[in-house]
Amino acid sequence: MMKENYNWRDWKNKIFYGVVVLLSLITISPIIMIVYTLISKGLKQINFDFFLKVAPDPLQAMTAVSSHEIIPGGIANGILGTVVIVIVAALMAVPISIITGIFLYENQESRYANVVRNLTEILQGVPSIVLGIISYLWIVKGLTKGYSAFAGSVALAIMMLPLIIRSTEETMKMIPLSIKEAGAALGVPYFKIMLKVMIPTGFSGLLTGILLAISRILGETAPLLLTILGNTNINLDLSKPTSAVPLQIWEFYNNPNMIDLVWSSSLFLMILVLALNLIAKRISSRFN
Amino acid sequence: MKSERITKLVLRFTSFIIVLVFGGIVLSMIADAIPAFKTFGFFNFIFSKEWNPTEGKESYGALPFVVGTIYTSFLALLICIPLAFSTSLFIAEYFNNTKIASVLRTLVDLLAGVPSIVYGLWGFYAIRPLITQLGYSDNGYGIFTSGIVLAIMIIPYATSISNEIIGMVPVELKEAAYSLGATRLEVIFNVIVPSARSGLVAGYILALGRALGETMAVTMLIGNANVIPHNLFGAGNTMASVIANQFGEAEGLKLSSLIAIGLLLFAVTAIVNWIGKFIVRRFS
Repeated sequence: MMKENYNWRDWKNKIFYGVVVLLSLITISPIIMIVYTLISKGLKQINFDFFLKVAPDPLQAMTAVSSHEIIPGGIANGILGTVVIVIVAALMAVPISIITGIFLYENQESRYANVVRNLTEILQGVPSIVLGIISYLWIVKGLTKGYSAFAGSVALAIMMLPLIIRSTEETMKMIPLSIKEAGAALGVPYFKIMLKVMIPTGFSGLLTGILLAISRILGETAPLLLTILGNTNINLDLSKPTSAVPLQIWEFYNNPNMIDLVWSSSLFLMILVLALNLIAKRISSRFN
Repeated sequence: MKSERITKLVLRFTSFIIVLVFGGIVLSMIADAIPAFKTFGFFNFIFSKEWNPTEGKESYGALPFVVGTIYTSFLALLICIPLAFSTSLFIAEYFNNTKIASVLRTLVDLLAGVPSIVYGLWGFYAIRPLITQLGYSDNGYGIFTSGIVLAIMIIPYATSISNEIIGMVPVELKEAAYSLGATRLEVIFNVIVPSARSGLVAGYILALGRALGETMAVTMLIGNANVIPHNLFGAGNTMASVIANQFGEAEGLKLSSLIAIGLLLFAVTAIVNWIGKFIVRRFS
């Protein structure tokens, strides 16, 4: 009786182990499938033109597809658009976030700081499409009177705020108190301690946080859909409609003739996101 | 000591930008949602099934999208939990601190790095044809297809907390159970799960919060029908996907209704995330 009972328990144990391994493999299979699909379908489309030329018009693309050639042109308008939007977003978000992060670190207990901290946490959970609406109301309707690159930057900047605030506060917590106190003991004013001691000491931590935040927003499509409209030409004017790589993927997806370009642009976007992630992790592992 | 005061003011003022941004989001969405709420009534708007943009007979209700959001998110959570739980056990219990665990961890991290729109493509080209072939729906769009893809997307959020919590269960507790003759399965369900419970639940709630607001992948897969989905494989729309789909050409009352839906989505995700964070904080 005892023995039978143990056998059954032993079997259950083994079956469960099998299920765990099986489900874990199922969990990671999509990422392998996605990466494989992107590489096998997208790589052939990536050449110099892909980075240097703007998206082809549908007719050109259709001709190329029907004669089994690769589609001419590239996504230069999207790449430059993304670069401009992200840089402007970072220029707005980074200073605000780092100063706020330091403020929260210095005021762990104050009630006002707790309010700010809680709002930051809620902000982090706000769906990106809602931020798209906000930027539409504030910038597209209010400031630039039309779709614009700047509207995209504002939406992305709001997304970056909570991410960088949080990483800044965490980084500051890791700086030894003695370094700060050494500065204070010499009578150095606080803003100099901040600029000359805290930010340089925590620099790699701050940089990691910024890079990770950028990698998070790089692939965002939904807020851009409501703000930047898209542009078939290269545009560097912040007040004009512009294109971005994720938005172009959406446009290619909706245009049957351009479907080949979907894969190469997605591959490019994913490599960009992963590269930023890797650099960020490399920096933070050197820091620790 | 003047510089000290200025520094303090600068820090305080800059942090106040967060309050302004947050307050601005809430206020300007309320202001622009008011026409819709006024025309249809607050509760009527939320519980009306009709979405009719015909001029003269305009009538907008959020119910189809609220229901669509609930269906897709909870379906996603239901699929996600066994996968995420197994993955966490694999990483933090069965293969803790081994090479294969760190490979798995990296791959799950990679899942978090895939842009939403690429998930949409994957769902469109890999999952949708499968659903069609199995004969569950004619074109493969619908609640189920979006639910599966959403489930994969939220796994990294669900495992992020549980990986650590499961790894933190004291070895003494586990060894005590083993010394009483417990099998590993029994240790997992009688020692690890009870002591990691709130961490696990918090992770799943945060994952749910993500699923509620996901836009692009769902927009590409749900079929974009402004009706309450009639079954698991029926087409529908979520709050996020209807905004993505119709915002561009909307104006007047329709625009206001879409913003009202956005406000609703904002409130729901904020509440869900708040509950998740509350559990995390009480736990740690």
